[in-house]
Amino acid sequence: MAASATRPSAAPAAAASAPQRVDGMHARNAVVRAAITSLVLVILLLYLMPLGYSIATSLKSKEQVSDVNAPILPSAPERFEFEGETYDVYRVPTEEGEQRWALVTPGRNSSMFVDTQNPDAGLFEWEGRWRTLAPAYRLAFQWSNYQRAYEFIDFIRLLGFTLMYAGITTIAATASAAIVAYGFARFKFPFRNVLFIVLISTIILPPQVTLVPTYAFFFQLGWVGTWLPLIVPQFFSNAYNVFLLRQYFMTIPTSMEEAARIDGAGPIRTFVSVILPQAVPALIAVSLFHFFFAWNDFFGPLIYLAGNADINPLAVGLFRFNGLYSSEPQLIQAASILTMIIPLLIFFFAQRFFMQGIVLTGDK
Amino acid sequence: MAFLDEIQRARSEKAPREKLGRMARWEARWGYAFIALWMVGFSLWYLIPMAASLVFSLFDFELTNLSAARFVGLGNWRRLLFEDPLVWQSLRVTFTFALISLPVGMVSAFFLAVLLNSKHLIAANLFRTLFYAPAMVPAVAGVLIWSGVLDPTTGWINRLIAFVFQVDVVGPNGIRWLADPVLVYIAYTLIGLWGIGNAILYNLASLQGVPTELYEAADIDGAGWWRKLTSITVPMVSPVIFYNLVLGVIALLQFFVTPYVLTGGSGFPQGQTYYYMIHFFKQAFGFLNMGYGATIAWFMFLIALGITVLLFGTAKYWVYYAAERR
Repeated sequence: MAASATRPSAAPAAAASAPQRVDGMHARNAVVRAAITSLVLVILLLYLMPLGYSIATSLKSKEQVSDVNAPILPSAPERFEFEGETYDVYRVPTEEGEQRWALVTPGRNSSMFVDTQNPDAGLFEWEGRWRTLAPAYRLAFQWSNYQRAYEFIDFIRLLGFTLMYAGITTIAATASAAIVAYGFARFKFPFRNVLFIVLISTIILPPQVTLVPTYAFFFQLGWVGTWLPLIVPQFFSNAYNVFLLRQYFMTIPTSMEEAARIDGAGPIRTFVSVILPQAVPALIAVSLFHFFFAWNDFFGPLIYLAGNADINPLAVGLFRFNGLYSSEPQLIQAASILTMIIPLLIFFFAQRFFMQGIVLTGDK
Repeated sequence: MAFLDEIQRARSEKAPREKLGRMARWEARWGYAFIALWMVGFSLWYLIPMAASLVFSLFDFELTNLSAARFVGLGNWRRLLFEDPLVWQSLRVTFTFALISLPVGMVSAFFLAVLLNSKHLIAANLFRTLFYAPAMVPAVAGVLIWSGVLDPTTGWINRLIAFVFQVDVVGPNGIRWLADPVLVYIAYTLIGLWGIGNAILYNLASLQGVPTELYEAADIDGAGWWRKLTSITVPMVSPVIFYNLVLGVIALLQFFVTPYVLTGGSGFPQGQTYYYMIHFFKQAFGFLNMGYGATIAWFMFLIALGITVLLFGTAKYWVYYAAERR
């Protein structure tokens, strides 16, 4: 992208030395580029607008959130200190444009103001009803919302459980999927095709159809109310991850494996020291997918941890927080932002692997 | 595409049946050893539960009181099909929403991918990353953000509409996106647009695989932008559209987080957000009707299976697979 963005040919068409026709094409290209890029930019701004709303709201005071006439950015009413007292500042229309004046002595039809730009000029009278004036605001960020949300939601505890769940199951899911994928990618055995179809069919199977008996099973084991029902099944590989890793393994040339085999390495050794090191990008992609899945998982923790709110992950904690503090939108938004920071940061740093992984599932 | 193709391809392959030699037996043993983990997991978490789920659907029981379990035969199925109006109401809600939300989501994903694939776009990689970013926002947080932005008084959607069209839609007489029985479908569709990141990337990957000769040939023939789009791009990308459609339908049958976070499963307004999955959740985990819950889940499976078979059946009429892949 950098190369095309800085291409000198996009320079203004006014360059008289170039032949006319080429000149016109460059000009046209530049217009098309500007048009398409601005169109995409506008769509992007609309698409990300809710995020902007969330950030802005999370930094507002409760009063500002409920005031329809307040500015959309986090602000506080402007105040002005004059001779030891603080006064509200209003936006007063005058012949020289709008002025920011502090209201010192309100009156019915005329009031005493002081100019915030020039307080030394002292008090002066303004004819008009001060109640019709719009209050002046200045930008003010309520960072304390984040602190309150952090404390109310018990962020550290929820984060700990979320990280525990995401961490353990990411390792378990990736490792088990790699083992199974290697079996499907490199060994011939009877019914391999049938078994592989069965495996990938489970990707489109609605998980609810197995949920009730699975829940009953864990209930009989006494595991409902603990993390075990959410963690243990991840040790048995998951169809989506197996599929992705198998696709990747099949692109790795077999020559190194054959060499290792001639040197006397068994299949396990070959898998660990030849295949895995060559599959690092795919392993990272699968780990990221699973990590985000676990971070996001709501339904599983909701039903399995139902009676045990003390060990909830962030997703469920945020849901309960919303139920308790629905009258304080600024805290809800601050808490929402808190839960998304870590996945978004990881995404931005690891996006190369991530995007490649998605493309891999889409490729043949 | 991808794993769906795999199903279609493998159906036509015949496994050779020969007696296994010593080497082949060794290989088969290792193969089974590597996939053993999955075979155990498949039995434990898919095969046995699916069968058990079917058996459960013949009983009326609560988990906490197993001794009181009662065999009711097809009673649960009769209740589901004939005596429980909420089943049909929730299916109506689910499919109405699917008919709005799926086309909007799929068309948006396709056109965004076309734009992001444009050779005229400056800083394309940055745009791709930013368009994907909302898909990374945890679902509950995303729904809460949207519920704020759609708020009639303080949300930015109404303020934006008021600003652009100069109409009074903010405050007490503002547009009540989440409380109006018709608009709520639009609102949920908008929320769903934050989940199309993957679909955009699949479309994008597929667009990049379209051979440029096709467009060059079309240029020589004097084809315009729209003609190239409908005659080259759409057919070439149709496997991805098919894939997104199948996954989209199945995901919508399980649509849960958005209505549950916004309404707690109440169906507000007027039952219009009472989705099938909400009904399942309430019966199985709210009222702890495990037998009836299993029946609802099995019915969902049958519907998903039916739709998948139907879609695969129609695929040959509109999904184009390049010649070498057949």
